[in-house]
Amino acid sequence: MGEVNMTDFWAEGEPIVDKAAPDGPIETRWERRKFAAKLVNPANRRKLTVIVVGTGLAGGSAAATLAEQGYRVKTYCYQDSPRRAHSIAAQGGINAAKNYRNDGDSVYRLFYDTVKGGDFRARESNVYRLAQESVNIIDQAVAQGVPFAREYGGLLDNRSFGGTQVSRTFYARGQTGQQLLLGAYQALERQIGLGNVEMNARHEMLDVIIVDGKARGIVVRDMVTGEITTEFADAVVLASGGYGNVFFLSTNAKGCNVTAAWRAHRKGALFANPCYTQIHPTCIPESGSHQSKLTLMSESLRNDGRVWVPKAQKDTRKAADIPEDERDYYLERIYPSFGNLVPRDIASRAAKNVCDQGRGVGPGGLGVYLDFADAIQRLGRKAVEAKYGNLFEMYERITGEDPYETPMRIYPAVHYTMGGLWVDYDLQSTIPGLFVIGEANFSDHGANRLGASALMQGLADGYFVLPNTINNYLASGPFPAVTETEPAVVEARRQVEDQIQKFLSNDGDRTVDSFHRELGHIMWEYCGMERTEEGLTKAIGLIRALKEEFWARVKVPGKGEELNQNLEKAGRVADFIELGELMCIDALHRRESCGGHFRAESQTPDGEALRHDDEFSYAAAWEYFGADGKPVLHKEDLNFEYVHPSTRSYK
Amino acid sequence: MAVSGIALVLFLFAHAAGNMKIFVGNEDFDHYAHWLRTLGTPLLPDVWFLWIMRIGLLVAIVAHIYAATQLTIRAKKARPVKYAHRPKVQGSYAARTMRWGGVIVLLFIIYHILDLTTGHLNPVGDSTRPHANVIADFAPDRWYVTLFYVVSVIAVGLHLRHGIWSAVRTLGQQSKQNEFRAQVTSLVLAVVLVAMYLSVPLAVTFGWVK
Amino acid sequence: MNIKVRVWRQSGPQDKGRMVTYDVKDISPDASFLEMIDVLNETLILSGEDPIAFDHDCREGICGMCSMVVNGVAHGPEKATTVCQLHMRKFNDGDTIDVEPWRAAAFPVIKDLVVDRSAFDKIIQAGGYISAPTGTAPDAHATPVPKRDADAAFEAATCIACGACVAACPNGSSMLYTAAKITHLGLLPQGQPERDTRVVDMLQAQDDAGFGGCTNMGECAEVCPKGIPLSLIGRLNSDYRKALTRH
Repeated sequence: MGEVNMTDFWAEGEPIVDKAAPDGPIETRWERRKFAAKLVNPANRRKLTVIVVGTGLAGGSAAATLAEQGYRVKTYCYQDSPRRAHSIAAQGGINAAKNYRNDGDSVYRLFYDTVKGGDFRARESNVYRLAQESVNIIDQAVAQGVPFAREYGGLLDNRSFGGTQVSRTFYARGQTGQQLLLGAYQALERQIGLGNVEMNARHEMLDVIIVDGKARGIVVRDMVTGEITTEFADAVVLASGGYGNVFFLSTNAKGCNVTAAWRAHRKGALFANPCYTQIHPTCIPESGSHQSKLTLMSESLRNDGRVWVPKAQKDTRKAADIPEDERDYYLERIYPSFGNLVPRDIASRAAKNVCDQGRGVGPGGLGVYLDFADAIQRLGRKAVEAKYGNLFEMYERITGEDPYETPMRIYPAVHYTMGGLWVDYDLQSTIPGLFVIGEANFSDHGANRLGASALMQGLADGYFVLPNTINNYLASGPFPAVTETEPAVVEARRQVEDQIQKFLSNDGDRTVDSFHRELGHIMWEYCGMERTEEGLTKAIGLIRALKEEFWARVKVPGKGEELNQNLEKAGRVADFIELGELMCIDALHRRESCGGHFRAESQTPDGEALRHDDEFSYAAAWEYFGADGKPVLHKEDLNFEYVHPSTRSYK
Repeated sequence: MAVSGIALVLFLFAHAAGNMKIFVGNEDFDHYAHWLRTLGTPLLPDVWFLWIMRIGLLVAIVAHIYAATQLTIRAKKARPVKYAHRPKVQGSYAARTMRWGGVIVLLFIIYHILDLTTGHLNPVGDSTRPHANVIADFAPDRWYVTLFYVVSVIAVGLHLRHGIWSAVRTLGQQSKQNEFRAQVTSLVLAVVLVAMYLSVPLAVTFGWVK
Repeated sequence: MNIKVRVWRQSGPQDKGRMVTYDVKDISPDASFLEMIDVLNETLILSGEDPIAFDHDCREGICGMCSMVVNGVAHGPEKATTVCQLHMRKFNDGDTIDVEPWRAAAFPVIKDLVVDRSAFDKIIQAGGYISAPTGTAPDAHATPVPKRDADAAFEAATCIACGACVAACPNGSSMLYTAAKITHLGLLPQGQPERDTRVVDMLQAQDDAGFGGCTNMGECAEVCPKGIPLSLIGRLNSDYRKALTRH
């Protein structure tokens, strides 16, 4: 290790400290922070404007709540309605420490599980607050009419999710995300109807406006007319989601992008832990070069399915024609005690390994079998159908193959990104007045997110945390009015317009998608499930070359003053390319394996992730220094007073 | 739509029941027709009741047509540009033919009144001898009149098949189990009415009633 | 496989629009319908033509963004499936496939296959919610909800607001969409206080937005990718009648 001269890639700056974080007993930190925060007189709230970018679980709930409190709110989303944000696709459920099952759950246990699940790379204070607020989310959602699953007695049903030993997951069939989002959406629409929120759908934020060191507005493009406008406010909230689409193929929606967060990063907001990526092992594999996205199937399939590949390389026989002794049930072989139920990251890496050996199945050799033949024989087809019927149907609709007859093919896919803009305990970024909530920030999941915790965090941030912490900032407002002619505003707008002009006038010969695909290949190959110093160094070189080629050869058809989907994509891909480079640098600098970051050089003799707490127990917050400059690393030390770092084992 | 429609359906049943008198005998039929005119006497002067009924029916028909026209105008406004690929009918044809079916039924009603009420288009046209009017109307050599009645009555049937169920739905029928029942009932009522209405002209044309 | 697609091209809201035929060669039967359009668009861009604009996002049938009428059927020939989940293997080599936008006055075309569905949001603004400001909620177990009601409310709440019901309705009516929301909220105890005003106000908003009237034709339920049943419209009507008699 250390052969590469690291200073070629980044520089190290001053450590960063979360000044808003309270200390003392963890149980009362949030209470004390709320009490210490300044309040805004209700009569003054209507003089204060807050911009919210993104209207998923976090943004939608925050916008509705701020409007209910009396603030003037302006919201922006790229979809045609706030109800379509990608939160809608979350299937499994939402955790809450209600302990309705009386099975020993508590706020403390949810806190403990989340810190541990995050592989000791999250802040204790934030996670504790998240666990505390989790119970309020369920109350709020039920009051709004979210139709959670119920038992015959009429009370809410709970299930155990992601291997936890308590049943604390609330769910609405396989559509928990949709139902929770509709709750937030309806609350938001109510406020729109009342005139408290100005909703701007089909609008994309392209820059943040900073005046006197404070975030005071955004530059947006109306995606229908192409009009560029500047919008002002007393504070700006980014709730723009994760950046999994840097891999091109992911389970994210096609429109999900990093642009809002990245442009804020370029303006000075630090970006933390970009390399932490969650990869889900049971997705439907690519079917060819046309593939545009990947679809996730519930992990529960591994409870009864057996994972295997042929022993021989490039075995093109049909699954049924491969005799038992020529099959390699590799998870059962390598992990005899956990077998097919090893955690997500291990199952994902193992699948990649066998495919790298040339033993993958299906188109391109990128897939492994998940076989239900034994389960069908043991339990009968009826029982299997009752358990997994809808998943089998979904699989058949997409692949055209009947999983009752031939084994399913699965492959891992990028699913969630734990990194994001650095925020303090108040969810404020390093730019005063710029708040970041939901998947867009880095705050609560550390290096790995537990199942059913994404919805919890988005809603905790939006309903309960931000509306309490933003007051402290807004109490010193209203700030002096910003005008269109302010140099910072003129400059921000000019940059946006210049970039659009550059795209449209470039005499290129490659499509935006072709660049995005290529970036995705690089990221997946070198910054995916398993990362090495050699690979990451190579990837950085490839990405830099791709960046150059992108600006020289990209072809964007059409005009700026119309609905132009390729122009939208071009801007997003430009940002993804820069982000990809930073992800690789972050992954390169973190010479340890933890959660969603596995460095091949840092593993135990049996292939387990090996953390180096002595050296890496910090959040890495990166400062932007130009598209071709070296990013500067600011470390935020993580202290564990309550949950002491330990190592997991699945052997 | 629903309320006026139901009023008209109730009338259709009463009318059909009266028609069946023709199978009992000539005099019975004429007597029934005469009774209709004197119904309500001596409380009401002669024929008053009949006119009250006629006005009620007229109001129902006008309301029905007015509502249908409004819906049609709204539908046209709601889809100013038509599909280039003609949309496939996936629901029921009965539902899709309500508008044209309704127009056909209206034309039929006008003909029918001129034929068997006022007698203008009837070969006999004597309002005191309704039985003779009917027999003359559907005589075998006037098979085309019978055919026109058959087609029109089937149009009425289709209209009712969707109309009765749709009215029930508009008035709030909502359970899944009852939905099936309502649809079957609607179909059965439509078939029964069609059978009753077809029986008279066919019976005359084929000489079963003289 | 090789196919022809005839696609509605309309450069903007003011343009008249027309069907344009394209050849799509060597498309994999495993490609989704939208991926087929992606592939076509890549070739259009490289040949200097304007690619086809179409709405899509999650591509897993839940966000409700995708919206195409394929051969006269909203979301295409496969039942209970959004067009993003429709795959080319459902077509035959050599087919000519017609692709059009949702057609409704309340959903004006923005460009090509992209329409403006903000009218749906307006219907929700009129009353498609339960007023429960953040922080006011009692404990989630304060009011048990019979499982049957909770399940039925969930079924109605699976509506993804794609607008296929409007696209398929010969009257251009949004009744099924509105009925799904009325049913979802009306079945829950939390939804009772606003039940009467909700149905009256939402129906008014629906009319104001320029949707047509419902004549119970049932085309909507046939194309609904989430299988929202027609019976919910009866429930809406019943609620409406009761609301009118009470006030």
